[in-house]
Amino acid sequence: MSDVSQPRNSYLDAPYGLASWLLTKDHKRIAMLYLISITIFFAIGGLFAAGIRLELLTPQGDLWTSDLYNKLFTLHGVVMIFFFLVPSIPATLGNFLMPIMIGAKDLAFPRINLISWYLYIIGATVTLAAVFTGGLDTGWTFYTPYSSVSSQTAVTTAAIGVFITGFSSILTGLNFIVTTHRMRAPGMTWFRLPLFVWSNYATSLVMILGTPVIAITVLLVAAERALGLGFFDPARGGDPVLFQHLFWFYSHPAVYIMILPGMGVISELVAAMARKQVFGYSFVAFSSLAIAILGFLVWGHHLFVSSQSIYAGLVFSIITMLVAIPSAVKTFNWTATLYRGSISWQSPTWWVVGFMGLFTIGGLTGVFLGTLGLNIHLTDTYFVVAHFHYIMVGGAIMAYMGGLHFWWPKMTGRMFSDAGSKTSAVLVFVGFNLTFFPQFVLGFMGMPRRYHAYPDEWQVLNVLSSCGAGVLALGYALPLVYLTYSLFRGAAAPANPWGAKGLEWTIPSPPTTYNFEAEVRVDEPAYNYKSTREVHVG
Amino acid sequence: MKLPFPLLPPNASTVATEVDILYWFITAISAFFVVLVAALVVIFTIKYRRRHEDEVGADIHGSLVAELTWTFIPLVLSLLMFFWGADLAFRLARPPVDAMEIFVVGKQWMWKIQHPDGTREINQMHVPAGRNIRLTMGSEDVIHDYSIPAFRVKMDVVPGKLTTLWFNATTPGTYHLFCAEYCGTNHSGMIGEVIVMEPQAYEAWLSGATGGPAVPPAQAGEQLFAANACATCHSGQPGAIGPNLGGLAGAAVTLTDGRTVVADDNYLRESIMVPLAKVVAGYQPVMPPFQGLLSEEQVMQLLAYIKSLKPAGPAAH
Amino acid sequence: MQGTVSAHDGGHDAHAHNPNLQHHFYSMEQQLEASTLGMWLFLVTEVMFFGGMFLAYLIYRVIYPEAWILGSNHLNVAMGALNTGVLICSSLTMALAVRAAQTSNRGAQIRYLLLTMAFGSVFLIVKYFEYAEKFEHHLVPGRHFDMTLPQAGQQQLFFSIYFMMTGIHAIHMIVGLGLMLVILTMAWRGRFSASYYTPIEMSGLYWHFVDIVWIFLFPLLYLLGAHYSAH
Repeated sequence: MSDVSQPRNSYLDAPYGLASWLLTKDHKRIAMLYLISITIFFAIGGLFAAGIRLELLTPQGDLWTSDLYNKLFTLHGVVMIFFFLVPSIPATLGNFLMPIMIGAKDLAFPRINLISWYLYIIGATVTLAAVFTGGLDTGWTFYTPYSSVSSQTAVTTAAIGVFITGFSSILTGLNFIVTTHRMRAPGMTWFRLPLFVWSNYATSLVMILGTPVIAITVLLVAAERALGLGFFDPARGGDPVLFQHLFWFYSHPAVYIMILPGMGVISELVAAMARKQVFGYSFVAFSSLAIAILGFLVWGHHLFVSSQSIYAGLVFSIITMLVAIPSAVKTFNWTATLYRGSISWQSPTWWVVGFMGLFTIGGLTGVFLGTLGLNIHLTDTYFVVAHFHYIMVGGAIMAYMGGLHFWWPKMTGRMFSDAGSKTSAVLVFVGFNLTFFPQFVLGFMGMPRRYHAYPDEWQVLNVLSSCGAGVLALGYALPLVYLTYSLFRGAAAPANPWGAKGLEWTIPSPPTTYNFEAEVRVDEPAYNYKSTREVHVG
Repeated sequence: MKLPFPLLPPNASTVATEVDILYWFITAISAFFVVLVAALVVIFTIKYRRRHEDEVGADIHGSLVAELTWTFIPLVLSLLMFFWGADLAFRLARPPVDAMEIFVVGKQWMWKIQHPDGTREINQMHVPAGRNIRLTMGSEDVIHDYSIPAFRVKMDVVPGKLTTLWFNATTPGTYHLFCAEYCGTNHSGMIGEVIVMEPQAYEAWLSGATGGPAVPPAQAGEQLFAANACATCHSGQPGAIGPNLGGLAGAAVTLTDGRTVVADDNYLRESIMVPLAKVVAGYQPVMPPFQGLLSEEQVMQLLAYIKSLKPAGPAAH
Repeated sequence: MQGTVSAHDGGHDAHAHNPNLQHHFYSMEQQLEASTLGMWLFLVTEVMFFGGMFLAYLIYRVIYPEAWILGSNHLNVAMGALNTGVLICSSLTMALAVRAAQTSNRGAQIRYLLLTMAFGSVFLIVKYFEYAEKFEHHLVPGRHFDMTLPQAGQQQLFFSIYFMMTGIHAIHMIVGLGLMLVILTMAWRGRFSASYYTPIEMSGLYWHFVDIVWIFLFPLLYLLGAHYSAH
């Protein structure tokens, strides 16, 4: 493969027509369908966030009514989590890259892959229908009995939307697991798999084990509202805290659905940008599985002040401490990978460096919250809001943006503006810290979450936070401009613009429909840069 | 230098300092690791920047010693934090026995407070400094959360059960009171003030407070007991239809299915609201449910009355 | 990193011309293994799906043991037992249908699939009569629930869980019948033979799973506590 412009028989060009896209079974085209859809939902979720930050510029709660404000933060959460973060990396980068990275022509079930996207779109449409038929004001957590007996908004519709979207997630996870087990090319052993595949595999395990539980849980809430069944309503003998257990049994692992693929992206980017084998490959690989498994045993740390027994709290607290360890191991391994690397200063590195800082803060503040005695003061405050944004925005979205830039030439066949990407990375990093760091301080002072109005003395920090959100928005809007521009005016991408290792860089940019013209046989470990050096140096 | 706006919460209870020490301890450890990782990443990125296009990194695959080191150091530190936090949590969870009891009822969107002498207030809670205070809390509708950041305490107020919270305020002053669990439209308006007073000032405030005639909760409970004809069955006499309530609170009770439970607040509450859920051994399941007939406040008053009963029973009262 | 090979395993050439081999698989074995693993994983998600309801059942059973016994006594054990028998028969005929596909016996496939569908339909008809009986006796949660029953609120919770679990199970049965219709059409057209029977085998796995869920539901809802005398 040389650096010349590739022949135009790529997956993007053949065949033509809208129908060929909407009925495609090609994992790469489905990835692009997802990319467009989640970008739209990211923008919608961002608009809701803008509404929140505008309101919080002043303490009085004077811009929106309380009802509208409550709907804004609820929809921000629902849209960002269920329609952006959960599908973000797996359904776009994962969908595009998983089969290529293991030397397969497609996912195991291409038709189910397309069905996943349609389920996502149907679920999203139903949920958006809820927005226009009364909105939703329960918080994305749908806590009972507020959601089941008190809220006057379209909870049933939204719950059904989330239910449908859940199956999209389940089917994607199922597809990835089977693909990883059964579709690997000859020679692609488990320990030759790129770490992105490992982390998507771990993510998929969480998807198929956790998502059905949230599906039935929101269905029970919908049934309670629509049919008058009383599962969680104390007036009818139900236990509202049972809902919280069922909800967090999925929704805590869901955090790992969002961050694990991001960790996989970072492993790939660190190796490629430093042209170096990932330090402690098997530790990084197994730490993904450890996170996925332990992640199922910590849901009760969301219930420390819910009247749960303190002994249950003890167990959940200690397991929460344990789940921090594999994340720490990963962070140290990425850092060690940079040691004596050949580190490129091209833009993907900038996103990686940003991720490392933000994710470390996000992970460590999780330890504050996992500590029982401290959690009591910090839970339900802006400390929690800041913490999970550091993980999900500073971690997952930073990794997603890094990955999107890194593989953009492969996905589209076009090079983007490296300066634009660096500017965006810096804006996001600065804007993000300005938005969310003050929220740690606000949280420690006790500012509760989901407050439409707040005491006057906290205005300065809230204004800082809102200003940061403006910078952050600029940082996210910029790529939309230069990436779109690159589609039309960008230089044609060579097969391997970064000089990286991995099967995806051995095929043309963009790839042809069946990825590999010939059957693939793998005979070396992942990230084997040593062989390149022998060619160049030896 | 004094900033025109605060960056730290006021510290006004006995546990607040303990919580803060743990907070700053974890902050120090976290800051160390953040600085360590950030410094290494930046140093490596600069020092090992790519010098020419074909260069590749050193052929290093890993090191078991390094992996074990950065597995065990965080493990030890996090276990230290766990035990420290758990110890603190136990002290936060267990009210001292001598605590003065204040009743709190949350409803959309207000807090109703009742003092031991029957004085009531709304969205304000006056408390004496230097005294252990236990809040018994219930909700009339959805889940709320009683949060007093200056005391570093917080507890959900859950419909269908009673929860407790305790503190010992140290410094007189006025502090924020929040509902910290989202509860609907006016969630952010479900706020108030905790006013810590010197004990004498508190007594003076109690005697001068206006909030209707102050009937102590136990006395109000006695009136409810009579109004609902509870004594017909719970007469305390041998052979009565219902169990003797004297000395019941806190005692162990054997149920018809052989289980033994402690008659704590939640057991007593459930036995009034849904009597047949747990029937005492030797009695028939005949008591009508009071769910929907009694408010949480009334249940608390009945509980206060039941707790005031001596083992001899109501007849001797 | 990668070399090109024309035929890396013997299986590929042997099945290269099987029209049922999709383009992205190397061999029929790989395709079958992928489908089987996929179906089992799907059943795992189904277990988790029902698991949430079983958990709710378990917790409320522990909290309200009396109400659960009272609720059980309102269920029609005879109808439940009949349905259990019907489903066990349908599993047998389903297994025989798969067997018929493996032996390339088209007539037997059609016969057994029709029998399976007949048993499935009988199950749903019996369920209809059971539900109708509950409506008549005001045992359906909601406004018309008979609040004069002892522990009515808690019994209502029992029936909420009863209707949710059996209702979702019945929906799975209906989906299963739809699936059988598709499989029957394929069998009619002679699509299945000893060399390719994946769809019928996968549908069979699904059908057996739905049966097994009922095998748990029947004792949990109908039998446990039913031997206590009714109040």
